[in-house]
Amino acid sequence: MQLFELSMLELASKLASGEVSSVEATRACLRRVAEVDGKVKAFLHVDEKGALAAAEASDARRKGGKPAGPLDGVPVGLKDIFLTEGLPTTCGSRILEGFVAPYDGTVVRLLKEAGLPIVGKLNQDEFAMGSSTEASGFFPTRNPYDLSRTPGGSSGGSAAAVAAGEVFGALGTDTGGSIRQPAALTNLVGLKPTYGRVSRYGVIAFASSLDQVGPLCRTVADAAALLQVIARHDPLDSTSAQLPSPDYLAGLEGGVAGLTLGLPREYFVEGMDQEVERAVRAAAEELRRLGAKVVDTSLPHTRYALATYYLIAPAEASSNLARYDGIRYGLRAADAKGLRELYALTRERGFGPEVKRRIMLGTYALSAGYYEAYYLKAQKVRTLIRRDFEQAFKQVDAIISPTSPVAAFKLGEKVDDPLAMYLMDVFTLPCNLAGLPGMSLPCGFTASGLPIGLQVLGRPYDEARVLRVGRAFEREHDFAKRRPPL
Amino acid sequence: MRLTLEQVRHVAGLARLKLGPEEEQRYQQQLSAILEAMEKLRELDTESVEPTSHSTLSGFLWREDLSRQSLEVEKALANAPEKVGTAFSVPKIIE
Repeated sequence: MQLFELSMLELASKLASGEVSSVEATRACLRRVAEVDGKVKAFLHVDEKGALAAAEASDARRKGGKPAGPLDGVPVGLKDIFLTEGLPTTCGSRILEGFVAPYDGTVVRLLKEAGLPIVGKLNQDEFAMGSSTEASGFFPTRNPYDLSRTPGGSSGGSAAAVAAGEVFGALGTDTGGSIRQPAALTNLVGLKPTYGRVSRYGVIAFASSLDQVGPLCRTVADAAALLQVIARHDPLDSTSAQLPSPDYLAGLEGGVAGLTLGLPREYFVEGMDQEVERAVRAAAEELRRLGAKVVDTSLPHTRYALATYYLIAPAEASSNLARYDGIRYGLRAADAKGLRELYALTRERGFGPEVKRRIMLGTYALSAGYYEAYYLKAQKVRTLIRRDFEQAFKQVDAIISPTSPVAAFKLGEKVDDPLAMYLMDVFTLPCNLAGLPGMSLPCGFTASGLPIGLQVLGRPYDEARVLRVGRAFEREHDFAKRRPPL
Repeated sequence: MRLTLEQVRHVAGLARLKLGPEEEQRYQQQLSAILEAMEKLRELDTESVEPTSHSTLSGFLWREDLSRQSLEVEKALANAPEKVGTAFSVPKIIE
């Protein structure tokens, strides 16, 4: 196994023993970027100088016997949605081309304090709106398992970079599945923590009642270790929970004996890929063999979740994106006559088609005469969806389902059909509407070699148990050891 | 639910977007299809259901109102498309 193929924790143990230095690991990432990123196109910006300086500082700390934490020196990447002081931060949008963040978001600060070198900023759908990274304002990212296919989205650059061995792990954001779906399509573990678990200060806002930050990694233990670094209360985010974080690695090997896992019947629908369904049902059977009680459960309002989400998220986005007006930062249509034209021309030129579509949809849903019929109605249905989960979690400890109804699809296949693209989130977005923790982990491959993801959903703040269920399944397989044929 | 072209233009105006004629037509068609799919929610009786506006499960938190260091003016202005001294420059607002 080559250096760039190690898991974060495997690398960490080699850094601790002195077998490998952080500079060597960081150089391995940079070499890998030079080798494969021309094909994969995961990076928007590589920070070679900054990453190597951080790696040197890490090696000095290790040498002095004072590492900043267990992951000190492990190089990672960041979705371009995170404000990173001194580095370009575009959120995948032309409207922020050339924007250099004036400060670090909280999670970026926490990564730096824990000693993790940041290799660069990773591609995404513009403002995190999309499920294929084709809505990036710059270029689409490709799936390392099949370069003619999407790595998913919106955190597609983060997923592709980790899968391709360009970084050891990455952070993404998940508003309706944007960590879990790309993880599923690239054979990774992707975790969306409970809403409030991780600070969103310095994370460019999409839909503020849904957005959450989380890790994309090659193993469940890596996801636990990276969550440990970023999960803490932050007074700068009023939605940040004031709860202590447990030791996510401590109970990881606890197994599933004695746990009750629910299979929601509404998540096995017509039109689902047969190979995906077979793999997920086989995973459920395996968890039963490992000692879990697997029962049928019901989330009766599931079929309303997509409509609910695609009213609430665009409504919030239309408000959040009002700030891109050409005045304080980003693009300005300097040739405009007067202020109103300056706003309209700047936004027309800076935003891509999917972002405009969602701003239009959200503005309509919030406009006079339609607010009650659309936005308020969706918020009420959101209550029903949340109650479904509350009911289900009275009987079960975790819910298991497919992450995505299909494996990675071809680039270009769905770009002209927004509703078909929105359907890619059908199994991931109810979890965001309810604010719950959810994870995707590898559970097999299609006959043509494309990864399939298993989703595990948990009770509020119960990430530890979600991770434990995932780990119980993971250790029976070598999916996490598979690498793409790049 | 079929949006008219006037509605599309009205919403674009509210959103401060200047759409080209082709875009207007494309959005008319696409947004109509999306809104039609959203009609599904009408099947549900939500008369007595409280809306959920947020995912927060532990309520919002207030912190002490303490003064703290803000971003330096230079840094705050560093990304401005146009600036004058310590201010953002904007087009004339009052004719």
